[in-house]
Amino acid sequence: MTPTAPDATPGAGGAEARPARGRPRAAFGPAYGALVALALLVAANAAFTPNFASASNLWNVLLQVSSTVLVAVGMTLVVATGGIDLSVGSVMAVASAVGASLLDRGAGAAVAAGLLAGLAAGALNGALIGAFRIQPFIVTLALLITGRGVAQVISDGKLIAFRNPAFEALGRGRLGPVPAQALIMAAVVGAALAAVRATSFGRYVIALGGNEKAARLAGVPTGPTKVVVYALSGALAGLAGLIETARLGASDAAKVGLTMELDAIAAVVVGGTPLTGGRASVGGTVIGALIMQVITTSFNMRLVPFSWSLVLKAAIILVAVYVQRPKLA
Amino acid sequence: MKAPRLAALLRQEGAPLALVAVCVFASLRYDAFLTPENLLNVLRQNSMPGLVALGMTFVILTGGIDLSVGSLVAVAGVLAANLAGRGTAPALAAGVGAAALLGLVNGVVIAKARVQPFITTLAMMIAARGLALAATGEQSVRVDRLSEGFPWLGRGLIGPVPVPVVVLALAFGLGWLVLGHTRFGRHVYALGDNEDAARLMGLNVASVTIGVYALSGALAGLAGVLLASRLGAGQPVAGTGWELDAIASVVVGGTLLTGGQGGAGSTLVGVLLLGVLFNLFNLEGTISPWWQWVLRGLFLLVVVVVQSRLGARRAAAAATA
Repeated sequence: MTPTAPDATPGAGGAEARPARGRPRAAFGPAYGALVALALLVAANAAFTPNFASASNLWNVLLQVSSTVLVAVGMTLVVATGGIDLSVGSVMAVASAVGASLLDRGAGAAVAAGLLAGLAAGALNGALIGAFRIQPFIVTLALLITGRGVAQVISDGKLIAFRNPAFEALGRGRLGPVPAQALIMAAVVGAALAAVRATSFGRYVIALGGNEKAARLAGVPTGPTKVVVYALSGALAGLAGLIETARLGASDAAKVGLTMELDAIAAVVVGGTPLTGGRASVGGTVIGALIMQVITTSFNMRLVPFSWSLVLKAAIILVAVYVQRPKLA
Repeated sequence: MKAPRLAALLRQEGAPLALVAVCVFASLRYDAFLTPENLLNVLRQNSMPGLVALGMTFVILTGGIDLSVGSLVAVAGVLAANLAGRGTAPALAAGVGAAALLGLVNGVVIAKARVQPFITTLAMMIAARGLALAATGEQSVRVDRLSEGFPWLGRGLIGPVPVPVVVLALAFGLGWLVLGHTRFGRHVYALGDNEDAARLMGLNVASVTIGVYALSGALAGLAGVLLASRLGAGQPVAGTGWELDAIASVVVGGTLLTGGQGGAGSTLVGVLLLGVLFNLFNLEGTISPWWQWVLRGLFLLVVVVVQSRLGARRAAAAATA
């Protein structure tokens, strides 16, 4: 697969990313349609959903979107290599259970252990995919099931409630008017943007997704790159799991991160990163995550059952993938 | 020379050998294992996942995958339980028909819109689960107490043999026949072996693809109806994770995930191997359901890793030969 749009991010050759000037469509690249969709969605909700446009609700959307963005940024890197990570929701639950059960040793230890658990789970994914050449969706599907089981075993199937102000600050704290998790989100997005555009790691990721064989022949360390990409996805899912846990003040291994893989994949493909790999649009992913969050929030505010939003999101993924499908030669 | 020969033996006969070994171990360790009651029980418990695995075999033979089967089990079960009061035949037809229709949608999206199978069926897995949950208000649907024939599907006996086991045997017999002795079966193998070559030979790739996903949906639907009958209720959360067991059964039996090689017989061995292993966990009696989830996932991983290792060795042997 070679990238088709010349005005998008670089392909296997690893040329410098340069946003085209002039028309707005080119400036936003593949995420242009997503941006329009987001604007329409927000406008429609502002008009028809009571209280949607209030400041407190918009802050709320930003608060809740941050964990989706964290996971989706990791997923963007994975998808850019031509892979997929279905295990992110379960990894969130593992990190949540690990963190909550270690809180009596201090908030720092709990966060470190939770992040490490996510990192290890992701590295395991990457090692199996890189070393044994097994399809990513099989490996990560197995970890989706295993991880949820592990989280339940750790928490003994019970809700772990806690009081720990230092840890809860992760999900409830503010620096001035800005929520802590929004800051974390901004830092992660910034780092990912920089990594994709300006580091050799970013080039490796794009090259790997563009053409793995060519990348290997060109000297890209494909195995280690895969391990790092999946480990990052795991660690970011772990971070999101910890933030969710801190925000809720309890760890529920059955619920944390449930169907998060859906939101993350949807955010990535709606944001213009093709499932075939070779391109990474971190900015587009943020817009995609906002679209998913606005849908969730508006369904909640209009008291439509959560189950219906699953149907809608599944349809959105299919449409987005269909629109970006590779052209037949 | 010794290592390649051992690898070939493991690849071809590994699953039957493992099944025999596990059965011998189980009958030595547990007196209760080799009783007709326990064996029939193992067969009955695995009849519904077995049906799903048979459908998955067709899909994987074409080089595809169907992640939506677990949710289709739920859709069919909920629908059948809802209609059981109006008679067994309408309930069965509606459950199987609805699941087959959703499977058909999978096939059309994959064949005509050319979206990858795993993402199409992942979307269907989530959308169908959402449908089942939303339509039932997240409550299980009781089977009408006055329905006469419906409970027989899942609980009845023909002689000493439970009805679902008979259904399983018939389905696998038919599946073996279709794969080995019909034009459709040969097309399934041809498609999985090399899609481009199959297309160039004039094979109607789209209709074969749509056919296997519709069949997979129909078999998942049949499993869902039997399960609802067995439980006396259609549960919107039924079938969660069944896609994993089905894939594991197919792969452990020796069918390649890349398509083109394998068959109904090897999947039956895979289903039985998985069933006996989990029967062992149950006989052990100390393993919590959560640990069983952990073991399920790990088991799939181990099986896929072993298959990929054996496959790599075979490729290397072929290259040097």
